[in-house]
Amino acid sequence: MEFLASILPAQIVAHAPAIIVVVPLLMAAVSAIMPNGKLSWALVVISAAVSVVLAIVLTVDVQTSGVISYAMGGWAPPAGIEFRIDSLNAVLLLLLTVIGLLSAVYALPSVAMQIDANRQSLFYAAFLVCFAGLLGVAITGDAFNMFVFLEISSISTYVLVGMGAGRDRRALTAAYNYLILGTIGATFFVIGVGFLYMATGTLNMADMAARLPDLSSSRVVQAAFAFIIVGLGLKAAMFPLHLWLPNAYAYSPDFVTVFQATTATKVAFYTLVRFMFDVFWPDAAFVAVSFFWVFAVLGIVAMIVVSIQAVFQTDARRLLAFSSVAQAGYMMLGLGIGSVAGIAAGMLHLVNHAMMKGVLFMALGAFAVRFGIRRISDLNGFGRSMPFTSVAFTIGGLSLIGVPMTVGFWSKWYLGVAAFENGWWWAVAALIVSSLIALVYIGRMLAAIWVAEPQHDRDGDIVTARAPWLMLIPIWILAIANVWYFFQPEFLISLTNAAAEAALAGEAR
Amino acid sequence: MIDALPLLSPAWPIILGGLLCGLIPWYGLRKAVSLAMPLIAMAFWFSVDQPGTFGALEVAGFTFETFRYDGLSRVWGLIFIIATFLNSIYGLHDRDRLQDATALIYAGAGLGAVFAGDLLSLFFFWELTAISSVFLIWASRNPAAFRAGLRYLAIHVLSGVLLLAGSIIYATNTGSWAFNDIGLDAPGGVLIFLAFGIKCAFPLLHNWLQDAYPKSTVVGAVVLSAFTTKLAVYALARGFAGTEMLIWIGAIMTAFPVFFAVIENDLRKVLAYSLNNQLGFMVVGIGVGTELALNGAAAHAFVHIIYKALLFMSMGAVLYRVGTVKASALGGLFKSMPYSAFFCIIGAASISAFPLMSGFVAKSLTLAATAQEGHWITWLVLVFASAGVLEHSGIKIPYFAFFSHDSGKRVKEAPWNMLLAMGIAAFLCVFIGVFPGYLYAILPFEMDYQPYTFDHVVGQMQLLIAAMFAFSLLMRFGLYPAERPSVNLDTDWFYRRMGDGLFKWAWAMGGRLSASIQNRFGVAGRALTQRLFNLFSPAGAMSRDVPSGLLAIWTSVLLGLVMVIAYVAG
Repeated sequence: MEFLASILPAQIVAHAPAIIVVVPLLMAAVSAIMPNGKLSWALVVISAAVSVVLAIVLTVDVQTSGVISYAMGGWAPPAGIEFRIDSLNAVLLLLLTVIGLLSAVYALPSVAMQIDANRQSLFYAAFLVCFAGLLGVAITGDAFNMFVFLEISSISTYVLVGMGAGRDRRALTAAYNYLILGTIGATFFVIGVGFLYMATGTLNMADMAARLPDLSSSRVVQAAFAFIIVGLGLKAAMFPLHLWLPNAYAYSPDFVTVFQATTATKVAFYTLVRFMFDVFWPDAAFVAVSFFWVFAVLGIVAMIVVSIQAVFQTDARRLLAFSSVAQAGYMMLGLGIGSVAGIAAGMLHLVNHAMMKGVLFMALGAFAVRFGIRRISDLNGFGRSMPFTSVAFTIGGLSLIGVPMTVGFWSKWYLGVAAFENGWWWAVAALIVSSLIALVYIGRMLAAIWVAEPQHDRDGDIVTARAPWLMLIPIWILAIANVWYFFQPEFLISLTNAAAEAALAGEAR
Repeated sequence: MIDALPLLSPAWPIILGGLLCGLIPWYGLRKAVSLAMPLIAMAFWFSVDQPGTFGALEVAGFTFETFRYDGLSRVWGLIFIIATFLNSIYGLHDRDRLQDATALIYAGAGLGAVFAGDLLSLFFFWELTAISSVFLIWASRNPAAFRAGLRYLAIHVLSGVLLLAGSIIYATNTGSWAFNDIGLDAPGGVLIFLAFGIKCAFPLLHNWLQDAYPKSTVVGAVVLSAFTTKLAVYALARGFAGTEMLIWIGAIMTAFPVFFAVIENDLRKVLAYSLNNQLGFMVVGIGVGTELALNGAAAHAFVHIIYKALLFMSMGAVLYRVGTVKASALGGLFKSMPYSAFFCIIGAASISAFPLMSGFVAKSLTLAATAQEGHWITWLVLVFASAGVLEHSGIKIPYFAFFSHDSGKRVKEAPWNMLLAMGIAAFLCVFIGVFPGYLYAILPFEMDYQPYTFDHVVGQMQLLIAAMFAFSLLMRFGLYPAERPSVNLDTDWFYRRMGDGLFKWAWAMGGRLSASIQNRFGVAGRALTQRLFNLFSPAGAMSRDVPSGLLAIWTSVLLGLVMVIAYVAG
């Protein structure tokens, strides 16, 4: 990885924090005027690839020389907008860009089938805007700027979800619901930021953090805290604010589901961690109490209740969507534990969950491209109809359950250990119960795939198909990653540990 | 002994062999691998001459001790390797790639768990046995087997999870992951005990065994019978030796399956029940916990794996040739399968502990240890259970399969490889029975024990002859026709005194009771599922699409709550 940094021109490396956001944003404009979808897609892949390289460069830079502070346009913070990268958001940038690249590669066949030809360029443009917005949220060190990027990514996501209407009209109501709720969340967030600005007189997060400890008994700060937590919690699908999510995942185009499920809620979770530890002062009484009473409690309720909701779904993507909310509960639990081990476990699960849900949603998308199926009962016999995709799906499913030999095991392991260190044995019990429920809902799909009779054509042969290579390759990269990082977890663990330590040490200060 | 080999757990070559088998499309090469790997593992086993811990692996900051070779683990290790080899021979005719692969991985996982020196390694192999073995059940490829496999998997995964949870509690409290004596009083000890208990098929936790094994394939049942439960016995011996409760659990385990086994019609299910009963003997031995008793448990496990495999093999041969092992549909097969019948009788004699058979030299150890410690009630139960063993495994199995009334079926003798595997197993049964010294020499503790004393032999013969006499008497008067084998077969002297009637009555009542309990649970379970479904299904109250206005209100409510929390705290 150091190699990459050394071959890029120093100018680019120095401005990498800005370039990584600007490239997809500019490309979005270019993509919108492209004559056909394929060219736009090429632009998407190129800009995603560029951002991967830049993210690697930035990560290496953070690892070697500590926090990077980049003054936008040369205006020094706190007055100017600051882009700030430490170990916490470096992980996120890496995850976002790598997953972004994989799902961009995956997009072509899926989008070609699901979006009208004359709208594909616009679709890709909206995706690039969303991608840029998420990167901006992850990278910025300025609270108001974060709101702006959050809205950029959200508004483009509403569009992307709504574009599912070509295949399923329910996408329109899903997008509308998401729009209403997402706006409420964003409004809450910006109200909170406004309060903080009122109390501290600054919008720079590091600057706020320096001033807040003296203000911890201020009612304004406490109100700001509540608004920000609820606003960001809504974006992160924190129970019970998750109700926008299942439909938004279930009815949008497959590619959008893949991308949303693996990145959007993850970024929102990151912003929660950032605000809890690096803006508000975790030792302040109102923050300390909310670890347990908000995050741990709601996380555990989500882990159990929403998992049960998942069990009874009939639509495959809706099932996985509910499971995503339950998995977000795991991350909330990690955040609620509040120790380095807890945050590290939450971040680890964040990365792992992106890998496993990536495989699962991508595989469902591949099934849909070949057979146009949506319901679980339609998955019957896919083990023999589409064996390669089905095996990858199975790996993803096992990983979601947390079976050893898959990376999901480490998530639960570290989360369990962190909970035990706190003496929270009940959290471990909830973890186990939730895993068993996951076994049930994943088992339902696996049983349909592997046991039920496949479709036969008129001659009595099994109908078989292979997913397009552009889908199969990203699917298998993620599936192998799920197994690979079980055996070589050091890389992920060191990254997430560094992230947790950065969060707790408040390096942003 | 063989110095050139690295000190590696014998589990690795077998697991590797299993993975290879999964990839090799050629039948011949696959079979060569599955025969060669146990031999290589055997070489690994012999290459260690000093007890010690080897093969430590560093993964993610943990040290996994994968090869602990000591008095206890080496007995189990050796018999697991032998069993793997026998199973491979027995399965030579089978062309199922999935089964070849998973049988080896499963055996290797069992072996790995036996040699695991710490709780984490134990957990990994523990789960691996569960996940790999379920394919042996699914390999039957019918819906009943699939459902049984799912139930089997669920309960074994639960066992694994309990083990993991218990281990974490244990390790965080004691600061050590080492897998040594744990005891019920240790933090997390109860969870680990339960985990072991599920795998060991403790009473009320046993149903998976009779549920799954008979539904597995011809080869699968043989393979399954060897490892899972014996691994649990090993784990109990390692972690909970001398736990008083085990004596009672074991005593119940020996006694209660007798009734079920006697009445069962599916002969492989009879064997599954008798497996449970045999485990009881070992569990009692562990509960007693003296050196003699632990030796008894180890010796019993050793010989048991051989003769139980032999019995499952013979029933597998019958299933393979006839297509059923229902007692009511069999009979008279000795004419067409004479060798199988002969080997089956040797296995039956072994399990019934006839003198000069392997069962005798092992079982008498446990009985002697129990008596020595003054557990007389347990001792009586064990004696009664021994008679029961003779009844359901010693006589019922060979009698109904190969003799009884002639079913008129004329089939081919079992394939040569099955006969070879059965022959080797039968030879081992007799060999150990005649020369018990070789077995005694590798037991965990040194001892000076003579099985062939006058009172041992006479006592055992009295029991056996009385039981056989009773059996033939009832046969003579036609009291239990083979067509209805669910009629009480219990004829041994102990039992007759209580009377058939009492037993029949108790059985009928028990049957009704359990049916009604099941019914109640079924009703309650269905009601619960229905309730959950009503709540959570896509149209249910909890999952219905809600208007966004309501969601907005929810959001505000949560905001209010968080604010209250913050205000109260701040």
